[in-house]
Amino acid sequence: MNDEIIKTPQDNSEAPLVEVKNLKQYFNINTGLFKSKPLKAVDGISFTIGEGETLGLVGESGCGKTTVGRTLLHLYKPTAGEVYYRGNKIVTPHDIKEFRKHATMVFQDPYSSLNPRMTVADIIGEPLDIHNMYESKAERQEKILELMDHVGLNSEHASRYAHEFSGGQRQRIGIARALAINPDFIVCDEPVSALDVSIQAQIINMFDELQEKIGLSYLFIAHDLLVVRHISNRIAVMYLGKMVELADATEIYDHPLHPYSRALISAVPVPDPNIAKANQRIALGGDIPSPLNAPSGCPFRTRCPYATEQCAAEMPEFKEVYKGHFVACHNLDKVN
Amino acid sequence: MALLEVNNLRTSFFTDAGEVKAVNGISFSLDHGKVLGIVGESGSGKSVTAYSILQILASTAKINPESSIKFDGQELVGSGEKVMRKIRGNKISIIFQDPMTSLNPTYTIGHQLMEAIMLHTPRNKQQARERALEMLRLVNINEPEKRMKQYPFEFSGGMRQRIVIAMALACEPDILIADEPTTALDVTIQAQILELMNSLQKELGMAIIMITHDLGVVAQMCDEVIVMYAGSICEQGTAEEIFYNPKHEYTKGLMRSIPTTSTLGTKLQPITGTPIDLLNMPEGCPFAPRCDAAMKACIYKHPENVLINNDHAASCWMNIKEGIEDGSITRLDGTDIAEGGNDNE
Repeated sequence: MNDEIIKTPQDNSEAPLVEVKNLKQYFNINTGLFKSKPLKAVDGISFTIGEGETLGLVGESGCGKTTVGRTLLHLYKPTAGEVYYRGNKIVTPHDIKEFRKHATMVFQDPYSSLNPRMTVADIIGEPLDIHNMYESKAERQEKILELMDHVGLNSEHASRYAHEFSGGQRQRIGIARALAINPDFIVCDEPVSALDVSIQAQIINMFDELQEKIGLSYLFIAHDLLVVRHISNRIAVMYLGKMVELADATEIYDHPLHPYSRALISAVPVPDPNIAKANQRIALGGDIPSPLNAPSGCPFRTRCPYATEQCAAEMPEFKEVYKGHFVACHNLDKVN
Repeated sequence: MALLEVNNLRTSFFTDAGEVKAVNGISFSLDHGKVLGIVGESGSGKSVTAYSILQILASTAKINPESSIKFDGQELVGSGEKVMRKIRGNKISIIFQDPMTSLNPTYTIGHQLMEAIMLHTPRNKQQARERALEMLRLVNINEPEKRMKQYPFEFSGGMRQRIVIAMALACEPDILIADEPTTALDVTIQAQILELMNSLQKELGMAIIMITHDLGVVAQMCDEVIVMYAGSICEQGTAEEIFYNPKHEYTKGLMRSIPTTSTLGTKLQPITGTPIDLLNMPEGCPFAPRCDAAMKACIYKHPENVLINNDHAASCWMNIKEGIEDGSITRLDGTDIAEGGNDNE
């Protein structure tokens, strides 16, 4: 039978887990006594994240990748644009609280993201308190110990304070806190960039294993392209608040189309002397413009070797050139 | 004779909690025009090594007087502040990780550049100005005349690092120590700076000591590599040897920890555990508590540094064990490893 299911907002099983449409986040910056100017940190970004999928978000500092993560979780009120969770639009404070029972965040700096005056047990237990996720004290304690075990922390660490731990262990505490609400989506904001290489690999593996075990989805924000390629299914590249390219992880790494992605990927230092020394890097002149004075049209045009008048006049459309491969560039034929 | 010879360098910090052996008996040499990379995790002693060479350590730190640092044949350990002031910035320069904190925010960059030049070379103000402009051009700063009058905050991170490089190279040092010079920078800017350092190195022919935790940067820049762990050198050799033929379990672990093309779709193989506490250093190999291949000997006795081949030395009992079995390895001084001193059983 072809029973047509009428989709109510509550039952939208075909919708992607998280969908972002034309998200904008402007910050007002005071430029004088009575003057202010919008800083367009995120300027019209759209993407979806499916269940059990990892979307990598890369870009240089100041391109707005952290702001995307924070605005997505409504830590900042979006200036414009919509966020959907399982097809439901998030609007009211009630929606936001409900959303945050399923979506959470792991922060970059394991030193400043943990309250130094709270014990590990209280840090991990705080989300449980906020969302009333236990019936008794004993259950709370049990849940906390279970979470600690999940991320490879000993139960005797529960009554210690954050300063007693190394960077890697602190990041584990941060992850346990994120897992406390039983999320299905985590925004990981540079979760390994403050860690040493050997510890970094431990944490990356843990993200991998958690995904396999409980089917988590990640928005994985990082500037280390090798790490992002390792962990992501798809990768999005941002430049000055705009998304310039989005494609499958291996596809974008092997065949980047946008001139910025090409330069970015060619600049990654490869840990192999023969390849590294033979590597033809695409040198980009100049620096990233200030987002307060972003260039007109395509934001990358001031550093782009292929820029034309059209690039200054209008922002290229973010369009699908191959299946699942989106690029925003006027001069794709010239670039490739 | 090598340009820089470091022999059995020991630097300790004396803290309330006890002696922290930040650098624990390391030896290496650096030739003219070579790029030496020092890699290691935070706390492995790579920066302290650099600061020891220039003697710019905190007041709680002490270089063991038996250590030896010879620059161009001249002993630097115990040589006193007067000698060191002539060396610093003039013969051996350093650039730091964060370009903002190494520039004075209250002076124009022209002032700061000229100050360094006039201090170290017999140039008058006009000549120093010309030299400063020349250096800014060398590091690809546009409109140097205008830029000379600007303050550090008016520059981006990448440009500040260029200015710091210009300042470090203004007196044509024989050695440039670069302490994580690109860690604070973005990938595309990092590529620019590395490219610049590479071309300046070829042009001016100085030697570079490149301190970094990024094996990718090392692969791109360095002729020789030293891998440090907990204040000791695990392994040293040419870049090719270290990357393609690592002989220390720690180096091997580091290589396996980095995501590359070949690790796609597989699990990374991280080094287990956490770096050791420098206050409680074990008697044996400092890496033994994290090492999967650790043997009894590793826990009790620090492994000797042995030559794997002419371009490569490592201090790991695994190699010594194998080497004794097949007779393929020798001590650094060329004597047979099986004779004497072999009390590891």
